[in-house]
Amino acid sequence: MKQTIIIMCGLLLFCLSLFISSSRAFQSDELLIEEEDLSSEGGFPDLAHIRSSSAQPPTTTTRKRYSESDQDSKIQFSLEHAFGDSEFSPAGIFNARLKTWNHGAQTLTKLRFSRNDFTEVEKEKFQNLLKGDDFYRIRLPSNVLSSPGREYVISSVKARCLPRESLDEHFVIHMEGVNILAVNYGAPGACPHPRQLQLPAKWSFKSHTVLKNSEQAPRAPVFSEDILGETAEGEVVPPPERSFWAKYWMYLIPLGLIVMNAITQAMNMPEEQGGGQAQQPGAAVQRGPTPAVRRR
Amino acid sequence: MAMAIRVFLLSLLFLSFADHSFSLYEDQAGLMDWHQQYIGKVKHAVFHTQKTGKKRVVVSTEENVIASLDLRHGQIFWRRVLGANDAIDGVDIVLGKYVITLSSEGSILRAWSLPDGQMVWESFLQGSKPSKSLLSVPINLTVDKDNVILVFGKGCLHAVSSIDGVVLWKKDFSAESIEAQQIIQPLGNDKIYVVGFVGSSQFDVYQINAKNGELIKHTSAVFPDGFFGEVLSVSSDMLVSLDSTKSILVTINFQNGEISFKKTHISDLFEDHSGIADILPSKLSGVFAVKINTLLVFIRVTAEGVLEVVDKINNAAAVSDALSFSEGQQAFALIEHVDGKVLLTLKCSHDWNNDLLKESVEVGHQRGLVHKVFINNYIRTDRSYGFRALIVMEDHSLLLLQQGATVWSREEGLASIVDVTVSELPVERAGVSVAKVEQNLFEWLKGHILKLKGTLMLASSEDIAAIQGMRLKSSEISKMTRDHNGFRKLLIVLTRAGKLYALHTGDGRVVWSLLLPSLRKSGSCEHPTGLSVYQWQVPHHHAMDENPSVLVVGRCGPNSDASAVLSFVDTYTGEELNSLGLVHSVAQIIPLPFTDSTEQRLHLLIDTDKHAHLYPRTSEAIDIFQREFSNIYWYSVEADNGIIRGHVLNRNCIGEVVDEFCFDSRELWSIVFPSESEKIIATVTRKLNEVVHTQAKVVADQDVTYKYISKNLLFVATATPKASGEIGTATPEEASLVVYLIDTVTGRILHRMAHYGSQGPVHAVFSENWVVYHYFNLRAHRYEMSIIEIYDQSRADNKDVWKLVFGKHNLTSPISLFSRPEVILKSQSYYFTHSVKTIAVTSTAKGITSKQLLIGTIGDQVLALDKRYLDPRRSVNPTQAEKEEGIIPLTDSLPIIPQSYVTHALKVENLRGIVTVPAKLESTTLAFAYGVDLFLTRMAPSRTYDSLTEDFSYALLLITIVVLIAAIFVTWVLSERKELQDKWR
Repeated sequence: MKQTIIIMCGLLLFCLSLFISSSRAFQSDELLIEEEDLSSEGGFPDLAHIRSSSAQPPTTTTRKRYSESDQDSKIQFSLEHAFGDSEFSPAGIFNARLKTWNHGAQTLTKLRFSRNDFTEVEKEKFQNLLKGDDFYRIRLPSNVLSSPGREYVISSVKARCLPRESLDEHFVIHMEGVNILAVNYGAPGACPHPRQLQLPAKWSFKSHTVLKNSEQAPRAPVFSEDILGETAEGEVVPPPERSFWAKYWMYLIPLGLIVMNAITQAMNMPEEQGGGQAQQPGAAVQRGPTPAVRRR
Repeated sequence: MAMAIRVFLLSLLFLSFADHSFSLYEDQAGLMDWHQQYIGKVKHAVFHTQKTGKKRVVVSTEENVIASLDLRHGQIFWRRVLGANDAIDGVDIVLGKYVITLSSEGSILRAWSLPDGQMVWESFLQGSKPSKSLLSVPINLTVDKDNVILVFGKGCLHAVSSIDGVVLWKKDFSAESIEAQQIIQPLGNDKIYVVGFVGSSQFDVYQINAKNGELIKHTSAVFPDGFFGEVLSVSSDMLVSLDSTKSILVTINFQNGEISFKKTHISDLFEDHSGIADILPSKLSGVFAVKINTLLVFIRVTAEGVLEVVDKINNAAAVSDALSFSEGQQAFALIEHVDGKVLLTLKCSHDWNNDLLKESVEVGHQRGLVHKVFINNYIRTDRSYGFRALIVMEDHSLLLLQQGATVWSREEGLASIVDVTVSELPVERAGVSVAKVEQNLFEWLKGHILKLKGTLMLASSEDIAAIQGMRLKSSEISKMTRDHNGFRKLLIVLTRAGKLYALHTGDGRVVWSLLLPSLRKSGSCEHPTGLSVYQWQVPHHHAMDENPSVLVVGRCGPNSDASAVLSFVDTYTGEELNSLGLVHSVAQIIPLPFTDSTEQRLHLLIDTDKHAHLYPRTSEAIDIFQREFSNIYWYSVEADNGIIRGHVLNRNCIGEVVDEFCFDSRELWSIVFPSESEKIIATVTRKLNEVVHTQAKVVADQDVTYKYISKNLLFVATATPKASGEIGTATPEEASLVVYLIDTVTGRILHRMAHYGSQGPVHAVFSENWVVYHYFNLRAHRYEMSIIEIYDQSRADNKDVWKLVFGKHNLTSPISLFSRPEVILKSQSYYFTHSVKTIAVTSTAKGITSKQLLIGTIGDQVLALDKRYLDPRRSVNPTQAEKEEGIIPLTDSLPIIPQSYVTHALKVENLRGIVTVPAKLESTTLAFAYGVDLFLTRMAPSRTYDSLTEDFSYALLLITIVVLIAAIFVTWVLSERKELQDKWR
């Protein structure tokens, strides 16, 4: 649960409004038992808004691992991409720290991403994708320790979803320990349906990365007898006080009508009586008999 | 404390008021529902006709049912359904009063009382290694005046007392590595012979004392050519088997402990022999039957072991066991198919040329070949011997033949339904009205007297049945035309035997049935299996003159890479319109949401190589398909591998033959579950034809939330591999269950949630924007049900009325799944007492009516549970506004209200599936539950708010109106008169 909030903190950096709306889903539920906090590093404040200008040479596909301490070790895994049906080729490097917990579990923290810029050939390929409204595909190893693991996890998006000012991309990496279950790749915001052909102003990437672990399901509510008694006896919640109008409108409206009716009648009475004197020949005469009269 | 009790009672009271929407009165049972009982394909049959009284036959079936059937009418006297993995190996009758069954690979022996089916005793037979299980009831073998049942199972021979099931003695053969084939008990002898093979070429005989199980003698001999398959006992000391090449018959004589083999080439016996032989397992005395290609050869064995061919029959189908019917005389039945008829011949074992009986019976061509035959004898009125035969057909139906006619038949194919779909009935045409049955005055009077008796509670049970029958007749539910409310439909069901039935929803009768020719065993298709049924053509524009049709998909063989078979069947006439034997396999069938000009639905068949094949194969279909080509995505689940992949169509297949209806696919996304911690145990999607009325949901305080409604959501549940077995095999610490909601177009994981300390089996149902799933919580030692609801946040801003007025909303903008979804999820878990076999949800025509979950319980009943109980917004103290909305206060467990059992007092034995079909009337839905039994009922989850109930008194309404009008006139006249009088005054 807390992890999700932490992930949401990460989201906060680039999308504050989203945070407000989506964090609403995760509040309440004090029935949850807080699980051991797996990533207390304060989320991923460095969620890699790294331009590809600082990219490393694209040939580092192999994993480099050197341990600083017994607890944490640095780790690398590479992102690969493909244009349409083409073969996958390296596109960037993820750097992270592998944190080993006392109970043996391992999690990734402090994920950094360095994206390679498109080469000229790749630019051309990407433009072809844009023209054909085809898929831009990426893949990650399914295990960060022994790449590629069992198999690569693949994700794709229509190429026309990416270009804005620059090429905006958004990774959600679903982790389970050191395994990558899935990567969800796409535009950080909406991708409106009739996809227009639009070339990016700058051929550089603006990448956002989020790591997600599974959250714990809410437990079934447990009622013991004393809790039940307490809620029944203790806080007898008074119904929220409503305004006078909200409570009695059904009485007030007929009352008002009656009053109005009475007033008009009362106004007509003197008019009828004074009609003979013809002091006011105008409106009162034209108005004719009142409804009360007509009813008879 | 007192307060707590009061609160509890109050909540109980509330709940008892809350949900009576389905309960019905006793006399309403059977009016809107029907229930049919079946037993399945018969494996063994034992007749019990000696005593005076009820003549019966006890059968055991492939659905693990033991049943006692009435021989005169075929009705079920009693029936017991054993568990799913408790297959019956043998059945017999002892002492004339107990039915003995051996099940679970020879480890459970049970005795059932013959008259009423009560279990008398049960004994668990211990053994160490799996082996063939044999049940043998010797006729005259007694130990201490106790009849003995001999059971071989799990590598041990047991002698069990037939009175109380106590194991008298036990002989363990597991050390000897013998594969026992037969238990032979010569008449009038205290010796038992257990014969079997060790390896493939050594033959062993154990001679055992029947009184105490002591081994008397053990002899063995090696047959260097090796044996193939099983041995068949021809007489008390003679066995027949085949050698490993299946071309030599071996007779084995083991008299006096001496084993001698004698080989006979089949080609010696039988001149123009080619191919391989199989020995039929029918026990005939002195004779045995060998099947060579299509030819059946009867071979007699002389006392010296010499074989001689007695007869050759070309189109034989089945042979029964021998039956001894008088002093030393034995007979067996031989079934042949001649000119579409079944020819039943009873042969005398010793006198071949003398046929005891030869009858030709018409059984109807939709039943296929005879698979099994069992015979029984009786004494005719002229004191001669008569025979009756019970035959099991290719479509699993059971027939009793006697005196050249079919006495009764049972459609046992319906006990093994594979898939269900629905077809509309024909529209009622002006000229073709169903003639009204004229009733004479006497009948009419009698009916009314009966009804009067019923209301005065004077009616006997027979009268009540008659009243029910009259009600059924009068209520038009079984007419063969479409009705205004859409209650009358045809259920098209595909059974495991490859037979298609059309059942009328009104009374459940079989309107037509078709044994699909394309799903029958043939040279090109060795083991055909039916997979599923789809609506192929549903004419709306030409409903008057065109018939709807269904598509049946099957494959030739048990593996998924076997080639596929398609068959198109007219649902009004029950005729096969067309059939296709395909070259490719079929792994997935996707009905597309497009139809061509003849209203045939486009279907995409995905084969195991991930090629997509389009049907129907017309140029028009390909035109429609090309238009939507880039919008077709699908996914595949590799459950064993733990991978889910998403695919998109690419281009036409590249192959030797140009096929414009075949398309390559490209992998778009993949989700790889770590194999050491997660294993896929359940995947569920929404029903394709589900209708959602509105996306908006008004919650408390006049607020609106928007449901996230996408047809492309997949619910996946994974469990740790350790905990994917049975409950109790894993500890709470090592078990966990993870559930996923996955968008199948982009592969996005919308939600991922772990239930620690929980495990499967998971049963789930997905509808609208919610998914409900059922699993076991190991920590709480209870079953739980959880709900996840998904709401769309991208549309949440459209609450402002002015935005709607000025059109500044995004409600009509198209949704692209490539956008990042803004969803919120709500979830909650509740305890649920029952374990569950299947879950379904009601579906109505427009989706307005509130939903009920239909839960198939472990007791084979269907429980309707209101969806409101599974609302994630339930809280302990709902506010006033929430109460008005109908939110129920939070409880830790879901209530099980006895009145809400849809099946009321009935059981749907071995419940496997529940199908809901919307009626035209919005409030009503049809629920069809199938297993060994069938059950259909009409349900109204929010009561029938849009129609008057059937017992509504129109007469009372009319009388009231007439009385009111009369009263108006009377008072008018009176007041006129009074006024006149007043004026005159």
